[in-house]
Amino acid sequence: MQQTEYPSGDVRIPPALIGPGHSYRTIADKLTFMVLTKNTPIAWFVFMFVGFTLVTVLTVSVVYLFLKGIGIWGTNIPVGWAFPIINFVWWIGIGHAGTLISAILLLFKQDWRTSINRSAEAMTLFAVACAAMFPILHTGRPWLAAYWLFPYPNVMTLWPNFRSPLIWDVFAVGTYGSVSLIFWYTGLVPDLATYRDKATVPIIKKIYGVLALGWRGSARHWHRYENAFLILAGLSTPLVLSVHTVVSFDFASAIIPGWHATIFPPYFVAGAVYAGFAMVLTLLIPLRVVYGLKDFITMRHIENMAKVMLVTGLVVVYGYMSEAFFGWYSGNEYERFMLKNRIWYGPYHYAYWVLLLCNFLVPQLMWSKTLRRRVGVVFTVCMFVNVGMWLERFVIIVTSLHRDFMPSSWEMYTPTVWDFSVLFGSIGLFVTLMFIFVRLLPMISIFEMHTLLPGSNPKAVSAASTAEGGH
Amino acid sequence: MSTAQSYGLLAEFNTAQALLDATEKVTAAGYTKTDAFSPFPIHGLFDALRIKEHKVQPIILAGGLVGLMSAGALEYYTMVVWYPMNIGGRPLWAWVAYIPPAFELTILFAAFSAVIGMFMLNGLPRPYHPVFNVARFAEHASSDSFFLVIEASDPKFDASRTRGFLAGLGAREVVDVDE
Repeated sequence: MQQTEYPSGDVRIPPALIGPGHSYRTIADKLTFMVLTKNTPIAWFVFMFVGFTLVTVLTVSVVYLFLKGIGIWGTNIPVGWAFPIINFVWWIGIGHAGTLISAILLLFKQDWRTSINRSAEAMTLFAVACAAMFPILHTGRPWLAAYWLFPYPNVMTLWPNFRSPLIWDVFAVGTYGSVSLIFWYTGLVPDLATYRDKATVPIIKKIYGVLALGWRGSARHWHRYENAFLILAGLSTPLVLSVHTVVSFDFASAIIPGWHATIFPPYFVAGAVYAGFAMVLTLLIPLRVVYGLKDFITMRHIENMAKVMLVTGLVVVYGYMSEAFFGWYSGNEYERFMLKNRIWYGPYHYAYWVLLLCNFLVPQLMWSKTLRRRVGVVFTVCMFVNVGMWLERFVIIVTSLHRDFMPSSWEMYTPTVWDFSVLFGSIGLFVTLMFIFVRLLPMISIFEMHTLLPGSNPKAVSAASTAEGGH
Repeated sequence: MSTAQSYGLLAEFNTAQALLDATEKVTAAGYTKTDAFSPFPIHGLFDALRIKEHKVQPIILAGGLVGLMSAGALEYYTMVVWYPMNIGGRPLWAWVAYIPPAFELTILFAAFSAVIGMFMLNGLPRPYHPVFNVARFAEHASSDSFFLVIEASDPKFDASRTRGFLAGLGAREVVDVDE
């Protein structure tokens, strides 16, 4: 918060992270009465209606899937992974921005994370929930997935194979979901105490009171809280990098042309952060309008996120170039064929070019400060990135699988209406969960916003000389 | 004020700076059973209470090590002892392949020990605490006001002198806390 590193009036001084004229009370009141009110914004109902309609579509699709089996999808052999795994990788990638904002930016002492970390963490949780659904649906018989996935002593004395990347996935995603949940809840506890104290309806006061665990803001508690939180951030940082690395191992450890590449882990992690920031912006740009949060989620936040998106997007493009280079430089007939098939004459080559449009060309607009400050432009770019990152996984999975080593096993892949209904249904689930969260819990961390105010960081003075004499 | 047993005296301050200064003076005056409350973490406040504590960190380390060893044991017993599978002649104890789950379980156990350990050290969940009996505390301590309590069990505590001392520190109000 100290902006004294520049002389006053210097153009390099970053704009404030919080609108002018705020005090502890205005911040707490604004963020509390957003939830503890009966005046739900009309837009909330609109989003909820759309989201919940899609959840209904999801429910119907999943019930039908369980009745008929995965034959209702376009999934076939050789394209056995298809939509469910594309969606899984897409969603799990989206989740990464939340942990990046809450953990990595915390370790780097980036103050601007403060007003966006809570909602980004919630987004992580819901994205991981959507992601975790897909491999289980993809089994077609989720009631058997328990002993396929989890090591527990069962009557058949079967154990999962720990040499398989698919079981690493279970551990990585399971740990990521659990740690994200407790990280998020730990951050929420002091704010739940604020809600407990501000609520007037007894039952609501009681519910927030139970969730707040009796938090009272003691200096001893804050000390342990901050220590634990910092270490949690330190633990989450390698965790978040490991999750998409492990997901990329699912591909990289297979011998399929186009998958078997060492560039995959860093390229997947960068893609995850890229997709995640695009999704955070996609959610926050409407939310700050609906809830009037322009004082807290300022243009500086949007600009910073757009910059992170631009940088990670360029890393992803570097990944595309490396992939192509490796394919050519390997001299391997199958790798070279895969490449030409993917980019030039294959039946899905259009997907590759739309992907480059979405992930490479359009985000270059974010170089311009003028455009970064136009919320509509940023939002549009984010929508391109959301689509582009989905297409990236489509390209990786479908174009590699549909033409592998043996022409006799080649097959085209066409998604069915049920593939799309589950994909859009999962988006509906995500929107629904997100809007329920915004309605019931503080979407911006109240206590962390307080620490952004001047005066919240007092200087300790030696008390020895002023000690009360003779007492 | 009331016949209930007193927990101590609670002083309310308007700013974080006032709370920090007052806390330093209170501990300098020799009070030990004292605590400061703020709606957000204030750096230096814990040091001003003149206590030293590093209990969270060893708990997290222990949790992480337990996670690592559990993962190793799980992988060893399932893959080598209970269900040995020869897949293409690869070794049963293929330890390199066992690193990712072991890493994840280390993080999982460490993170859970961090959160559970922190709340247990803090004595939470604890639904009742005497300071909540003060109406101003229950309403403002978590949003916009700063409090300092000196417990009646403090050896230096003396109802009238301690009250006068707290009032002299610039407190906006000093009230009794009922047990």
